[in-house]
Amino acid sequence: MVVRCEQVSKRFGAKLAVDALDLAVEKGQCFGLLGPNGAGKTTALKMIYGVTEPSAGRILVFDLDITTHTREIRARLGVTLQENALIEVLSPVENLRVFGRYHLLPADVIEQRIAGLLDFLDLRSHANVPVKALSGGFQRRLAIALSLMNGPELLILDEPTTGLDPAVRLALWNRVRELRRAGTTVLLTTHYMEEAERLCDALLVMDQGKAVARGAPSELIRDVLAPETLEVELPAGRHAAVLERLNGVRALRSGAHLMLYAKDATALLDAVRRTEPEAHLVAVRPTNLEDVFLALTGTKLEAGA
Amino acid sequence: MTVSPRHALSVWWRNFAMYRRSWALNILPNFFEPLLYLVSMGIGVGAYISEMGGTSYLTFLAPGLVAVAAMNGASFEVTYNAFVRLNFEKTYESMLTTPIQPEDVLAGEVLWAVTRASIYGGAFLIVITGWGLVDPLHALLALPLVPLAGLLFAALGIAFSLRIPTIELFSFYFTLFLTPLFLFSDVFFPLKERLSAAWYPVAEALPLLHPVRLMRHAFTGEPAWVLLWDLAYMLAFSALLLWIAARVIRARLRG
Repeated sequence: MVVRCEQVSKRFGAKLAVDALDLAVEKGQCFGLLGPNGAGKTTALKMIYGVTEPSAGRILVFDLDITTHTREIRARLGVTLQENALIEVLSPVENLRVFGRYHLLPADVIEQRIAGLLDFLDLRSHANVPVKALSGGFQRRLAIALSLMNGPELLILDEPTTGLDPAVRLALWNRVRELRRAGTTVLLTTHYMEEAERLCDALLVMDQGKAVARGAPSELIRDVLAPETLEVELPAGRHAAVLERLNGVRALRSGAHLMLYAKDATALLDAVRRTEPEAHLVAVRPTNLEDVFLALTGTKLEAGA
Repeated sequence: MTVSPRHALSVWWRNFAMYRRSWALNILPNFFEPLLYLVSMGIGVGAYISEMGGTSYLTFLAPGLVAVAAMNGASFEVTYNAFVRLNFEKTYESMLTTPIQPEDVLAGEVLWAVTRASIYGGAFLIVITGWGLVDPLHALLALPLVPLAGLLFAALGIAFSLRIPTIELFSFYFTLFLTPLFLFSDVFFPLKERLSAAWYPVAEALPLLHPVRLMRHAFTGEPAWVLLWDLAYMLAFSALLLWIAARVIRARLRG
C-alpha cells in the first residue's frame, strides 16, 4: 500500500475540515479525490505529505508514519500544488535546478533529470526564458516537472488542470498515463469529472470533510445511480407528479431540467411520454461521473416519492 | 525538530540563484547608502565639528555606519522579501513539498540575510579601510562583527515578518523602529553623553547600540569589559528571537 489513512481528522478551531477519513491508495493506482470546494481535499493531501498534522488518526505513506518519517517520505514523493510556486525571474532550467537542490541531488543527476523532464513535458523550446514570459499552460507543465525532479514513486497533483485549455489538459493526461505505465502511483484532486473518469481507477468522493462514496468510476455510476440517463425538459410544476408515478426512480432536478436514472432510459422515456406528451427530450445517454458527483454532493436529489 | 544544514543551504542557494541575476538592481544601490552618509555627515557636517569622542567626526562616524550597513542589508531581506515569499509567492509552501522542514526554511532565510548583511557591511568596511579611516588590522578585528550584527537584525526582522498580517505594517518597522535606532544608537553622537544616568538602561536596550559600540572598540583596538555585555546581548537576543521565529514559522507553515 502506498498511502493509508486511518480515521484521519483535522480540526481548525471549530471547523472539522476532515472527518474520520479512511483512504487507501495501492501501488500503481491513479486515485482521485473528488468533492466540491471546501470539501477538505487539499487538507487531506497536506496531511498525506506531512505539512499539516492530523488532529486524530494515523497516516502511513510507503508503510512509514508521516509524522515521524516526514523527510524520508517526502524524498520519495512529488507534489504539484494548486497554485504554481515558480521563481518568475529565473528560467525553467534554473527553477528545476533549485528544486533539485531542495532534494540534495548531486549536480550530475540534476542535469540529467532536467534534460529528461524538458523533453517529457515539452519544455525545451523555452528552457532558458524567464518564467514570467511563459504562458499559463507552460508554467503549469513546469510546475509538474518540478514535482518530478526527485523521480517520485508517488505523485500528488492538486487540481492539475484547473484553468488550462483543452489541448494542454489532454497533453497532461497523456503524461500522467505515461508516468503510471512507468510505475508511478498517482493521487490527484480534481473538479473535472471527465478527468477523474479518464485517469482514475479508484475514486473517493468527499463532502464537508467526510467520505461519501468510493469505488471505481463504473462502480460508482452503477451503485449510486444507474447506467443510463434520461434528460427531459418539463415545467417544474409537473416534476412531482412524474416522479410519483415512476415510483423509486432516482432523479436530479434543476429548474425545468429533469434527469432520471435507469437501466433502460428509452423505456423510461416511453413511460414519461404516456402522461406528459409535451415533455421535451434533451438526451438519452450513458450516466457519467458528473451525475454521480451532483447526486452525492450537490443540488436537490430526489428519489421518487 | 532540528535544522538540517544541507536543506537550509538549499534554501540559501535558492535566494543566491535569484539575486545572482539581479544583484546590480538589488544590491548595488544599498551599498552606496552608508557611503553617502559618510561623505555628507563626515565631511560636510564634520567641517563644523572640531572633534567627537576624541577623534575627527569622519573617524567617529565610520564604525557605526558599518554596523548600520549590516543592519540594513539583513533587514530588507527578512522583511518585504520574506513576507512576499511566505504570503504571496507560496515559496515556502512549495519548499515544504520536498524534504525541507520549516526550521530549514528559517535557517536558510536567516543565513541569506546574514550573507547580504556581510556583503554590505564588508564592502563598506573595505572602502573605508582603503580610505584610511581604520587601521587594516583593526578592520580585520571588526570583520566578524558584521555577520553578528546581521544575525541580530535578521532575527528581529524575521520574527516581525512572520507575525504580521499585512505588508503595510513594515512601514512601522522601518520608520518607527529601524530609523530611530539608526539616529540614536551612538552612530552620530555619543548617546550617553546626552542622557542622564536614569536613562542608561533604556539606551542599553537598543539593539543597534551594541554592534556599534563593539565596532567602535574594534576600530581603535581598545578592549573594555562592557563589550562582553554587548556580545552577550547580541547572541542571547538573537537566540531568543530565532527560537520565537521557529515556533511561529512552524505554526504558520504547518497549520
